Amino acid sequence: MSTTQESTTAEAAGSTAATAAGTSTTHTETGMLIVGASQAGVQLAISLRGTGFEEPITLLGEEDHRPYQRPALSKEFLQGKVDKENLIFRSAEYWDEHDITLVKNSRIERIEKKPDGSGTALATDGQEHPFLRIALAVGARARPLQVPGADLTGVSYLRSADDALDLKGRLDEFTDVVVIGGGFIGLEVACSLHGMGKTTTVLEHGSRLIGRAVGEETSDYFLKAHRERGVDIVLNSRVESLVDSGNGTVSGVKLEDGTFVPAQLVIVGIGVIPNTGLAEQMGLEVDNGIVVDGYALASDGSTIAVGDVANMPNPLPGSPEGERIRLESVNNAIEHAKVAAYSVSGRREEYAGIPWFWSNQADMKLQIAGLSMGFDSTVVRRVDDKGKFTVLYYREGQIIAADCVNTPLDFMAVRAALGKNQQIPAEAAADPDVMLKSLVVDREDTR
Amino acid sequence: MPTVHFTDTEGTTRDIDANPGDSVMETAVRNGVPGIVAECGGSLSCATCHVFVAENQLDELDEMSEMEDEMLYGTTEDREDNSRLSCQLKITEDTDLHVTTPETQV
Ligand SMILES: Cc1cc2nc3c(=O)[nH]c(=O)nc-3n(C[C@H](O)[C@H](O)[C@H](O)COP(=O)(O)OP(=O)(O)OC[C@H]3O[C@@H](n4cnc5c(N)ncnc54)[C@H](O)[C@@H]3O)c2cc1C
Ligand code: FES
Repeated sequence: MSTTQESTTAEAAGSTAATAAGTSTTHTETGMLIVGASQAGVQLAISLRGTGFEEPITLLGEEDHRPYQRPALSKEFLQGKVDKENLIFRSAEYWDEHDITLVKNSRIERIEKKPDGSGTALATDGQEHPFLRIALAVGARARPLQVPGADLTGVSYLRSADDALDLKGRLDEFTDVVVIGGGFIGLEVACSLHGMGKTTTVLEHGSRLIGRAVGEETSDYFLKAHRERGVDIVLNSRVESLVDSGNGTVSGVKLEDGTFVPAQLVIVGIGVIPNTGLAEQMGLEVDNGIVVDGYALASDGSTIAVGDVANMPNPLPGSPEGERIRLESVNNAIEHAKVAAYSVSGRREEYAGIPWFWSNQADMKLQIAGLSMGFDSTVVRRVDDKGKFTVLYYREGQIIAADCVNTPLDFMAVRAALGKNQQIPAEAAADPDVMLKSLVVDREDTR
Repeated sequence: MPTVHFTDTEGTTRDIDANPGDSVMETAVRNGVPGIVAECGGSLSCATCHVFVAENQLDELDEMSEMEDEMLYGTTEDREDNSRLSCQLKITEDTDLHVTTPETQV
């Protein structure tokens, strides 16, 4: 049996003794089965205990690692500044002490659910996990590149610890790397590898970098900054195929305009796809993620869906009625899991946090507060010529978000103002010598 | 063995054995010490790992960076002279550090 039980609780030991590989085994019914043992699933387990949930909790994931944090994979971990052990969320003792059964290396392939919310989840290894209640914290997977040659050896993605460990193990095998995709992961990987002496080219399909998450000013800033630091960036690039060196390994990337960019390693970072397969099989409403209400409940009213996989009402106070969003961030995974825990414990709380996000690229720290979607004007604060830069986003005169590069003071001020539903007047904010914190006023119109 | 003593606002102290090389934040999180959130996992981006260090131990610590200093202006509980971000405090062989966790981090 390949399932790893990491618990000393009697509950876990109870009926799990499988006799032979592939034998189907039914476990003791758990109070809450959390499928997906990453940022959101881990937080849900912790918060359930924190809100007084007393039933047994099973935290189950397909990866053969103790639950770990992903953000460092493209940054500090790849750069060799921290090792995997530093990324582990909690010690084994913590799970035991809190009566949370951790199941690694087990993939749920089907869920049979009754109308009362209870049911059984079936794993590919034949294990059956009966539950009173189920939560889907199954996240997202890397979007596959679909061009000829995409399955050659040397083409990698970076979503999991296994991806990162594999990549790290091959660092000596190449000198030229091509990163396909100029989003957060692509840029982080690119400057991590460039910093380690690799010749690095980023191919971005769109006309600007990180187009989905930031406005034009910030895109332009990063384009210039990365080029100055020596990363080659090609915008509007059309990848035609990945070229075979002759023995099944990649030798480079061919663009539609005929350009050939040599590379012994190609890393693809073109976004993610939410893992909605289980939800679809369960008959839940799915639309770019599992559709949930403000309490993290799916369309059946009992299944919980949290984190990257959930499509939820925009949590930002004052956002237009009915606007929905799927967020891919640690902060969202944590806050959303807390909302779900409250909702399970009967203390319903709608998710109204201030989404925020960070990214470290070379010597630049980007911190984003709020959501800039729907902005109609911006204010740019260049704080000095030492690489400090802030863009404030406004919608109908109200501040809704900020991109802050190496300006934690600005980031903190905006995050706090948004959290208190306050306003930072645009005209005054344009002066970089004025502290944003000193400008914060209450909103006249709270909409 | 290096030890960190975490005292919460109610005065309860937890003494945690730590590994040299880890940060005070990592030590807290791995053991589930309440009062340390550490959303960004130590990348100096969230300021939810704020602690107050025992006054008489402040000199033993490495000096804070400009970035940490700026981040401390945004902590939920106002900073004091002995405020630090615990992800920036590295544990050494002979660490025996006393810190207090704030009432709230978010
Ligand atoms: C390289 C990288 C860098 C990042 N950097 C940042 C950053 O700087 N800041 C930030 O805020 N965010 C960052 N993120 C995003 C952040 O990590 C995610 O938003 C967060 O991990 C989402 O948590 P989640 O639990 O919802 O989903 P995931 O982390 O995707 O976890 C889902 C888990 O469910 C498991 N699973 C899926 N299906 C099944 C099944 N059927 N059975 C069992 N298990 C299953 C998966 O294996 C996975 O372990 C980064 C992500 C990556 C990959
Ligand atoms: S853990 Fe985020 S700043 Fe310390």
